[in-house]
Amino acid sequence: MRRTAIRPAIPERSDEPRAEVALTVNGQAVRRTVSVRMLLSDFLRHELGLTGTHVGCEHGVCGCCTVHIDGKAGRSCLTFAIQANGCHIRTIEAVAAEDGALHPIQQAFKECHALQCGFCTPGMVMNILSRFEEREPLDLSESGIRDMLSGNLCRCTGYINIIAAVRRAAELLGRA
Amino acid sequence: MKPPLFRYEAPRTIKEAVAALSSDVDAMVLAGGQSLVPAMNFRVANPSMLVDIQHVEGLKGIAVADGTIVIKAMTRHRELELDPHVRRANPLIAEIMQHVAHVPIRNRGTVVGSLCHADPSAEMPLLFVLLDGTMTAAGPGGTRRIPAAEFFQSFLTTARQQDEIVTEARLPVLPERAGWAFDEVTRRHGDYALVGVGCVLEFDDSGRAHKVQLAACGISDRPVRLKAAEAALNGTSLTTADLDAAALASADTVTQADDMNTSMSYRRRVLGTLIRRLVVTAAQRARSGSRP
Repeated sequence: MRRTAIRPAIPERSDEPRAEVALTVNGQAVRRTVSVRMLLSDFLRHELGLTGTHVGCEHGVCGCCTVHIDGKAGRSCLTFAIQANGCHIRTIEAVAAEDGALHPIQQAFKECHALQCGFCTPGMVMNILSRFEEREPLDLSESGIRDMLSGNLCRCTGYINIIAAVRRAAELLGRA
Repeated sequence: MKPPLFRYEAPRTIKEAVAALSSDVDAMVLAGGQSLVPAMNFRVANPSMLVDIQHVEGLKGIAVADGTIVIKAMTRHRELELDPHVRRANPLIAEIMQHVAHVPIRNRGTVVGSLCHADPSAEMPLLFVLLDGTMTAAGPGGTRRIPAAEFFQSFLTTARQQDEIVTEARLPVLPERAGWAFDEVTRRHGDYALVGVGCVLEFDDSGRAHKVQLAACGISDRPVRLKAAEAALNGTSLTTADLDAAALASADTVTQADDMNTSMSYRRRVLGTLIRRLVVTAAQRARSGSRP
């Protein structure tokens, strides 16, 4: 039997609408022309090579893609790159110091063994960091911390050590 | 999962935004995108054009004046939740907001966007139905004010026309003597409610309950004012028998059929239980004057 290869009907040139996006990522001005449907998560990973921002569910449930948009935690998979035009974006790559010294939240995760595979960790750290930086009163009881983490899924640890890490981070940051 | 193709417009004025919407019947408004973008990623929504209103002048901010809280279209959930004037003016808002998804979603999602999305189990539509809020819609023919009772028409369907933009939503300040309460039953914290109930009430000088307002989400194709339960409680001293009567009177309002989450009969039982509990909480707050 003769087999013919199935060729997908991909057009030579896409006529996807494109637009220029200018934003600041980790303190650096960035300008790119991208498809208007490009998600911010894909923009960070594919256009800028910042693969620390992870992509899990792509519908806002798992929290792995959490970055800071103008200083507040947000889902980069529920934001088009074009919506971040003119915004300041901060990703996990900009959390540790230039010399590699860990941020107190990262240090707390390390000390408390708050990760196994690490896939969810960038989103966890960006979410917690945003809450510590918000200067609103924090509920650091077990249920308060669970509430804080409720938008981030981890499939390895059972959360116990992550809760301990948030408490430890509060100590290190003088918020306990 | 990636969204389908669309054209993108970022107008600067309401007039330009309305013109963009009018030019294409499949155009949709993009505000915070916390419901629309996942719907697009799932290919449930497939707009030919998105009109991003985040740069439109005059759509940001919250104002509290003359007994009214005005919430502009681009106000994020978290802004409303943390606003100190809003907390004093209407403590029910901060209480209800703790149940809206998670903080990173509340940082991006807008209150007006949630109203326009009109998920029947969402909390914001319930809040507006409970307190008789209003929405202001701007369209090609001018602006109009729509009461919440008329705004929510069915599952994901509102009185907003396709070429209209809801520019602001209004809620009343809670009267000094009023008590308030909200709670819901969910599978997981932050999920949409299986059933959610909000209550505000006052006591008259003789100590009887009056101006009882009750509303529920998750029980029908839209948020519902529980008029029969309100009638059962107004003028009473909220005894256990009165609460039971209110719970019983609410049973018919549950029309949501059995679904993957739960059954209709369970929703009825939860609705009755929440009414009993929340009327008690609201009454305690009204009596103790525990207003923040």
